[in-house]
Amino acid sequence: MEDNRVIKTKDVNFFYGKFRALTDISMDFEKHRVTALIGPSGCGKSTLLRLLNRMNDLIDGTHVEGEVLFEGKNIYAPDVDPVEVRRRIGMVFQKPNPFPKSIFDNITYGPKLAGLGDRIELEALVEQSLRQAVLWDEVKDILGQSAMMLSGGQQQRLCIARALAMKPDVLLMDEPTSALDPISTAKIEELIQDLKKDYTIIIVTHNMQQAARISDMTGFFYLGKLIEYSATEKIFTRPDIKQTEDYITGRFG
Amino acid sequence: MTRKLKEILIRRIFFLFACVSILILGLIVTFLFREGIPIFRVVSVKEFLLGSEWYPTFDPPAFGIWPLIVGSFIVTSFSTLIAVPLGVLSAVYISEIAPRPVKEIAKPVIELLAGLPSVVLGFFGMVVLAPWLQDTFDLPTGLNIVNASLMLALMAIPTISSIAEDALYAVPREFKEASYALGATKSETILKVIVPSALSGISTAVILGMARAIGETMVVLMVAGGAAAIPESLFDSVRPMPASIAAEMGEAPFRSDHYHALFATGIVLFLLTLAFNLIADYVSHKFRETGSGTL
Ligand SMILES: Nc1ncnc2c1ncn2[C@@H]1O[C@H](COP(=O)(O)OP(=O)(O)OP(=O)(O)O)[C@@H](O)[C@H]1O
Ligand SMILES: [Mg+2]
Repeated sequence: MEDNRVIKTKDVNFFYGKFRALTDISMDFEKHRVTALIGPSGCGKSTLLRLLNRMNDLIDGTHVEGEVLFEGKNIYAPDVDPVEVRRRIGMVFQKPNPFPKSIFDNITYGPKLAGLGDRIELEALVEQSLRQAVLWDEVKDILGQSAMMLSGGQQQRLCIARALAMKPDVLLMDEPTSALDPISTAKIEELIQDLKKDYTIIIVTHNMQQAARISDMTGFFYLGKLIEYSATEKIFTRPDIKQTEDYITGRFG
Repeated sequence: MTRKLKEILIRRIFFLFACVSILILGLIVTFLFREGIPIFRVVSVKEFLLGSEWYPTFDPPAFGIWPLIVGSFIVTSFSTLIAVPLGVLSAVYISEIAPRPVKEIAKPVIELLAGLPSVVLGFFGMVVLAPWLQDTFDLPTGLNIVNASLMLALMAIPTISSIAEDALYAVPREFKEASYALGATKSETILKVIVPSALSGISTAVILGMARAIGETMVVLMVAGGAAAIPESLFDSVRPMPASIAAEMGEAPFRSDHYHALFATGIVLFLLTLAFNLIADYVSHKFRETGSGTL
């Protein structure tokens, strides 16, 4: 059973300077599940997500207390290389952020840095990743064009493909559909359902229906604390805590 | 009603000031051409530009500015060669690598270099660098291409560095995050994402730095040596166009052929600088429109 929990946080506190953005977070994320993080704006969802692949390292003056175990090893241990962590725990951001490079180069960026050099393998990888992200048919003839020419929804799927090309174990998604139209959103939700087979997905969303539709587990946060964490079905039908219910039903201040 | 009137008045005043500055510039350019063109009654354009003898005070005089053009060209390109790597690397260092305290010192220091009067740099080149060059390399004179290029590079570095830095700062944070999230190291992110994204701004910086170097007068007047001959080595003296104009204008009789020839040299210089600025403008626009395209 121990095996099934890829990521575990143990009493994690996180600080931006003196400001404590997360308080005593202990949370397990299960393999091949979609976990949704919900809660009002500013409650620390993005902070937690970025903590899981050490993206917060890039912000000056932050520090972490407690442990974040990935496959049993604390990723904040001094001997751990954050680059290695980020290769195995991929991330998709709220705002699509393709590089101002060609579609092909966007996808091969990570794998090339990781040492993949063979052109044929790279081409296969590009096709595979784009197919996974349901973008292949739309872009297969324009792989050499700048990714900046794509629509917002296409750009976001490209970013997902780019993250998948690294073949990560875990995929972190921070409100990946908040800038998208309903059709692109539906495509990405479908995609998440598919990806669940091979990946562990942790997603931040403000859209309650989305959380209910796509996730297996849901964690509700408020003011930097994990208020309630259990099966999505339970959270959305009979939550244990009043605050959770108020938030989900929209009665929250 | 009065507010509307005020608005109109203010707009008119700004328009007027804009007109005045454009008008003055226009007059200067007209003047430059009016005083320069008459030389072409004495020599053809081709002889003037490509003639390799510049003996304006001999009898008969020779008005070929090719050696001056070559002089300008050599000191400009050589100084660019020195200033571009230094300017760009310092910009990258300051904007991406330096810890905050270092950044806070290095940035103003480099900008201070830009404020250094060129005559001071010229002085330094004459009194410190020239004797050192002369002794070390056993040269007849330390006032030569190398000296002038080094001094011009010192002038161009702050220009290049501060414009390139702005370009680097303007690279969206999202690009950097995307790169790190894909397992790139800091240096990989700088080399493969940040610098390419800022390339148009960096090119603009380089071109404007060159424009600065080619038009600079005081430094080349003081340390380039002043020989109006085509140089054979980097340790030869040259006489770049601005130096020639500044040195000879005082002694050229009003509206003589020599006087017109110097103005015509000014036209050449003006057109070159204009071309540099147009290229810089073009480069920065071209890349902007395609969103940095497929760089
Ligand atoms: N770079 C930063 N420096 C200082 N404080 C920050 C920084 N980023 C976030 N914070 C603070 O940390 C808290 C949590 O922010 P976080 O971005 O994690 O919230 P969130 O739950 O993702 O909100 P949203 O739903 O609006 O994205 C907020 O109070 C915010 O002001
Ligand atoms: Mg957020």
